[in-house]
Amino acid sequence: MMRHFLAALACLMLLATPLRAQDSFGPVQTLLQQHRDAIVKSSRKTIEPAIAALAGSGLASVAQVLEKWQDKALWVREADGLFVYAAPQGDALALTDIDSGEALGSVPKADATQIKPNSGIRSLIAAALVQFQLSDPDPARRLAALDAIARDPSATQLAPLRAAIADETDPAVKAQKERLERLLTLRFDPDEAARIAAIASFRGDLGQDVRAALNPLVATTRRTAAGGVPEGENVARLLTPGGADLPLSEAQALLVAAGALQPVLTIAERRTALVANVDGGSVGGFAVADLDTETARVLAYEALEASGKVPPAASDAEVTAALAAHVFYDAYAEPSALVATEAAAVLRSAETRIAINQAIDLTLDALSLASIYFLAAIGLAITFGVMRVINMAHGEFIMMGAYTGYVVQQVIANYTVSILVALPVAFAVTFLAGVVMERLVIRRLYHRPLETLLATFGISIALQQLAKNIFGTQARPLTSPAWLDGALTFNDVVSISYIRIAIFVLALVFLAVFLFIMKRTRLGLEVRAVQQNRAMAASMGINPDRINMLTFGLGSGIAGIAGVAIGLFAKVTSELGSDYIVQSFMTVVVGGVGNIWGTLLGATMIGFLQKGIEWLNPSNTLAAQTYMIIFIIIFIQFRPRGIIALKGRAAGD
Amino acid sequence: MIAFNPRNTSLLIFLGLLVIFTVAVTLMSEAYGPGLVSTSFVKTLGKTLCLCLVALAMDVVWGYTGILSLGHFAFFGLGGYMIGMWLMYARTEDIVIASFANSPLPPTPEEIVTGIATQIFGVVGASELPPIWVFAHSFWAQMALVVLVPGVLALVFGWLAFRSRVTGVYLSILTQAMTLALALWLFQNDSGLRGNNGLSGLQNLPGADAIPQSLISIWFFWASAAALAAGYLLFHWVVSGKFGSVLRGIRDDEARVRFLGYPVEGFKLFVFTLTAVVAGLAGALYYPQAGIINPAEVAPIASVYLAVWVAIGGRGRLYGAVIGAAFVSLVSSWFTGGRAPDVNLGFATIQWVDWWLIVLGLSFVAVTILAPKGIGGLFDAFQGLRTPDRKGAPLGPDEGALQEKEAVK
Amino acid sequence: MKTFTNRIASAVLATTLSAGVALAEDGPIKVGVLHSLSGTMAISETTLKDTVLMLVAEQNAKGGLLGRQLEAVVVDPASDWPLFAEKARELITVSGVDVIFGCWTSVSRKSVLPVIEELNGLLFYPVQYEGEESSNNVFYTGAAPNQQAIPATDYMLDELGVKKFALLGTDYVYPRTTNNILEAYLISKGIPKEDIFVNYTPFGQSDWSKIVSDVVALGADGKKVGVISTINGDANIGFYKELAAAGVTADTIPVIAFSVGEEELAGLDTTNLVGHLAAWNYFQSADTPENAAFIKGWHEFIGNDKRTTNDPMEATMIGFKMWVAAVEKAGTTDVDAVREAMYGLEVPNLTGGIAKMLPNHHLTKPVLIGEIQADGQFDIISQTEPVAGDAWTDFLPESAVLDSDWQTLKCGMYNTETKTCVQIKSNY
Repeated sequence: MMRHFLAALACLMLLATPLRAQDSFGPVQTLLQQHRDAIVKSSRKTIEPAIAALAGSGLASVAQVLEKWQDKALWVREADGLFVYAAPQGDALALTDIDSGEALGSVPKADATQIKPNSGIRSLIAAALVQFQLSDPDPARRLAALDAIARDPSATQLAPLRAAIADETDPAVKAQKERLERLLTLRFDPDEAARIAAIASFRGDLGQDVRAALNPLVATTRRTAAGGVPEGENVARLLTPGGADLPLSEAQALLVAAGALQPVLTIAERRTALVANVDGGSVGGFAVADLDTETARVLAYEALEASGKVPPAASDAEVTAALAAHVFYDAYAEPSALVATEAAAVLRSAETRIAINQAIDLTLDALSLASIYFLAAIGLAITFGVMRVINMAHGEFIMMGAYTGYVVQQVIANYTVSILVALPVAFAVTFLAGVVMERLVIRRLYHRPLETLLATFGISIALQQLAKNIFGTQARPLTSPAWLDGALTFNDVVSISYIRIAIFVLALVFLAVFLFIMKRTRLGLEVRAVQQNRAMAASMGINPDRINMLTFGLGSGIAGIAGVAIGLFAKVTSELGSDYIVQSFMTVVVGGVGNIWGTLLGATMIGFLQKGIEWLNPSNTLAAQTYMIIFIIIFIQFRPRGIIALKGRAAGD
Repeated sequence: MIAFNPRNTSLLIFLGLLVIFTVAVTLMSEAYGPGLVSTSFVKTLGKTLCLCLVALAMDVVWGYTGILSLGHFAFFGLGGYMIGMWLMYARTEDIVIASFANSPLPPTPEEIVTGIATQIFGVVGASELPPIWVFAHSFWAQMALVVLVPGVLALVFGWLAFRSRVTGVYLSILTQAMTLALALWLFQNDSGLRGNNGLSGLQNLPGADAIPQSLISIWFFWASAAALAAGYLLFHWVVSGKFGSVLRGIRDDEARVRFLGYPVEGFKLFVFTLTAVVAGLAGALYYPQAGIINPAEVAPIASVYLAVWVAIGGRGRLYGAVIGAAFVSLVSSWFTGGRAPDVNLGFATIQWVDWWLIVLGLSFVAVTILAPKGIGGLFDAFQGLRTPDRKGAPLGPDEGALQEKEAVK
Repeated sequence: MKTFTNRIASAVLATTLSAGVALAEDGPIKVGVLHSLSGTMAISETTLKDTVLMLVAEQNAKGGLLGRQLEAVVVDPASDWPLFAEKARELITVSGVDVIFGCWTSVSRKSVLPVIEELNGLLFYPVQYEGEESSNNVFYTGAAPNQQAIPATDYMLDELGVKKFALLGTDYVYPRTTNNILEAYLISKGIPKEDIFVNYTPFGQSDWSKIVSDVVALGADGKKVGVISTINGDANIGFYKELAAAGVTADTIPVIAFSVGEEELAGLDTTNLVGHLAAWNYFQSADTPENAAFIKGWHEFIGNDKRTTNDPMEATMIGFKMWVAAVEKAGTTDVDAVREAMYGLEVPNLTGGIAKMLPNHHLTKPVLIGEIQADGQFDIISQTEPVAGDAWTDFLPESAVLDSDWQTLKCGMYNTETKTCVQIKSNY
């Protein structure tokens, strides 16, 4: 009976995995089939034997197999369970034999299963590939190998890495290899002196890889022991219970964890104990109905203790005695005291420089934020600052610019060209929208500034909804050209993305353009004249209507360009503009209306303030915004006219 | 005494219409009549009356005093939060005490408080009652806070702003910043008011589980109507007489009123604070009908809408504010309710859900430019009141300056 | 004589009754759709409205339900939470709908809860959520934390070897509660508290430079860092752009997101994000015949081949199919009868396997982990067996003792220690 069953089972298994006879496999295929389950299951926890077997097999094509596997090009043919390489060919797959490299024809996608190693497995494969890649003729591969070591360093890599340094020809790669060698040495070299030398060589280094290597050496755990510090412990420092570093509660918790002290009874535990001992409407002689205060419950529990029904809780005297009998200390995980001390010293040596660099990084972030605010507000500085028109639809002009960028990118596929085209097109579109709005709406309301606010608000919600109707509610992609990808990295602490630098430059350009137009051109002269005294300007032959129209168009056009820039670094949605409108107004008001330098200062102040508060409270960005606004409200109380206040008649009102 | 003034016909008409309206709705409601007006619509009407009340306050502060506050909805929301805290606390207390009924030990006061806190703050992952909930157990304390919190905030903010002579659009932007700051603060979970979730389930009054919502809704409707009537009387009294004249003077030319020796800042502060308190009370009536309050309610846009209602209804007249608020909010809810029929233009179909906001936005523009008096202007036209056509362009920079034809004479 | 009058009376009564019944039976069955079509949430919710409309149309093409046509009643709560309560009341009392499909954010659901509990309505909620709730009137067809967050965290721990976690979220209830649960879970897995960095940002946050550099700096102590993101909606776009700019690749710092689906990626160029992860119960790239048919139907209905499908759409579909099956089983649209019929119903998932309705109003769902591809789709690299949804998490002490069972215990908040029902109605 049993034999039949087993035979049937064997048959079933054969049917399920109709493998060809073992001897017909190539050597790699045989290996893969041996570890078939692990490879198909594709879990980091079980894959290591498979990778180790491949890497240790010494077969010539192992590197290729591992690379193909890593690139998800390894498939299993459903028909016979054979591992094959596959490349998509239209809707089908072109298969290649792993051992012979022969083409096996093509099959529909449904007839093969892709092996999808996750990134955990991929990094294990990368580590296994290191031995083949360290001396690869292609420098890119050598660098990939170094990356793989750096990501997942282990003692076994030290020897091959050292061996690969001497033959290295490329100086950059060589430098990196040497650095990596020192990083591995300080962790894994058996010789203490070599480790200390390697550690000392990094004195003052800012690299995050250095800190990542050193910090585990100085990591400590908090421990307690009865009597004195046990032998073999590498003590970082001793602690006094109740001191600044070790509050009494923590010391007690350590003692409890070490089993040296009974846990203090919690309220819930006391309650459970009382409930367990309810006896005919009373507990320890107290009526249940009376136990509705903590004091009563404590008394009842003590009565239970006295009668021996519950175990006694730790008393204060016991706690004191246990504290006195134990030492508390932080112990290094690193057994060598010299190494730990040296590592701590090297880490300390970089501390100040890191702090300075962090401050620089924060400053760059703040400058970048300031330039974004400035760019968003510069259009307002013209329409609100110069013309005193509150344009609540300013944000929607920004949005319009961003959508223009998106549309241009749909037409022109090349990202660089499309951005270069999008900037003037966005300016033109929003300039026109601004002019139309000025002619139709604003012009009729110059005497009623508060009502412009309402009318433009109406336009704002109409435009927002219109954008939703046209472009839908999903965010639209606006992609920056490849040369703006990435970041300018000074060191591992200070870096800033190129797109932010571009926005910063753009903001400076517009500051210059604005200054040039206002101070050096006929238009600017006329704008200033109309702004100061409309009637007088009109009598000097300036057409104030035309000037107002152009000024408004200019302000709106710049908003459009700001929209392209903001869309590039953030998102393009119909609500893009409303995110910036209040901040933009505050930028202008804080800086001082009617003065571009004021706007610049305002944006700088708000940017720095926000980053500063974020730095103080890193886990809550929302709080930073709240406090910033409150600060601005208070600031305006003391400088109601902003940082740079216009004086005399020009101040208006 | 006010009522005998012949100029007060609008007051009498308004109060009369309000009474008729209230009685009519009551008699058609599900609770006291055949149910022609559904409970959900009674709630909508009750809420609309509260919005009318806050619009009245807005009208007094903007239409009469000339302070375009873009922050009055913050006071409205604060009122709602204050009453919401009590409603949530008391309702949860009932639930917690009921759940302890089966427990083997009677609960201690600490256990009840912890139970309440776990229930209220469990959704945001906390189980301690934040300090600002210290008065939440007491209805009267929270009612006092409904008045005090908006009042004190308005007093402090107004004192700072008016003292340093922040006026005009600057003040508008500052008030907007205030409401933005409040909204952002409330959005934080750490502020202890459940962050973005806000306070919910407010329509279930503590201890009133057995009373159907149809009854509760009509009671709130009465209360809202009564509050609106009282608010109307109060503001009518404020804006008429000498006090009102000073307010209008401040609106039209603040400097001149100051030169005449009036303490302009004091007047403005009084009006700002008083309207904030009324807004808080309106909020305290509104949110139990709405059922939930959360920080989005005090977002800057809400206050801008408030100004828009008043503008569309007609500034500088109390009934204008009421009409504006009622008209715009009811029409809005009809258009977005999905029940407005689509308009087929042949080449395209206009779905109101998509296009309503555009129509609304453009109508603000139209009203501001073409009909600055708003809907209230229709009453003037009906009574034959018109602004005299003085012909020609103005000669001076300010409104009301002599105009060409007048100067020639 | 007396019998005669009786007979007449009963005949009259019978006629009126049957007329009344006939009147109700003749009209269409109304299906409420309570999704925002305007405001901030419209971005996500309009798709679900269209999904319900598509399902209603499909069902009508099959001859309707119980011989009656289905009619969708669409309202717009406009991303305004109080309006959700108002519109829900309107749908049930004025429009007389038999079921509501709706809500996306937790706060909108909390707003609707008291209304549908008062009026005994029926709501199908299709979005992954934070749990810690169980209402007799709601069926949760999205994922509970143990069907998304916990398996995803396990994946990071086991498969990616992450030792240090950054929990980044938008500041609202779903990320807050999820992160609380995850913090407790990670600590139970031996990750020390100081190795868990938590940050909350406002909705629509666009300035991510500081936060991204903070996360990168976490790697300074040599432990592998991973990010668990509950960042919502548009804010993701700026976040991923900043990640790409900072050169954070999936190999150095993997990011696993719970709220980023195909829709969100449509607003991004994903070439620099390849390999970052998302955890859902459905991806458009799922390779099954059911999914192919669903996508085809969706593209035909919406008239646009570019439109993506996503997890909440699948949840809506499952909820709708289950409701249809329950109504057919119960033979009526009466809420109590439909609810009883729901338990144990099975509907095939689009990703293969079967979704089963549990007595706690949650579903069994497989958990999928996908890697972002250059074309904005996800490559599914891990799929678990169906996991039973758990309303109350096992990783917070207060919730671990709670259980929800509406079928036998008739209680959504049952304390298994004291064996009592804490409360029948939900806390909102």
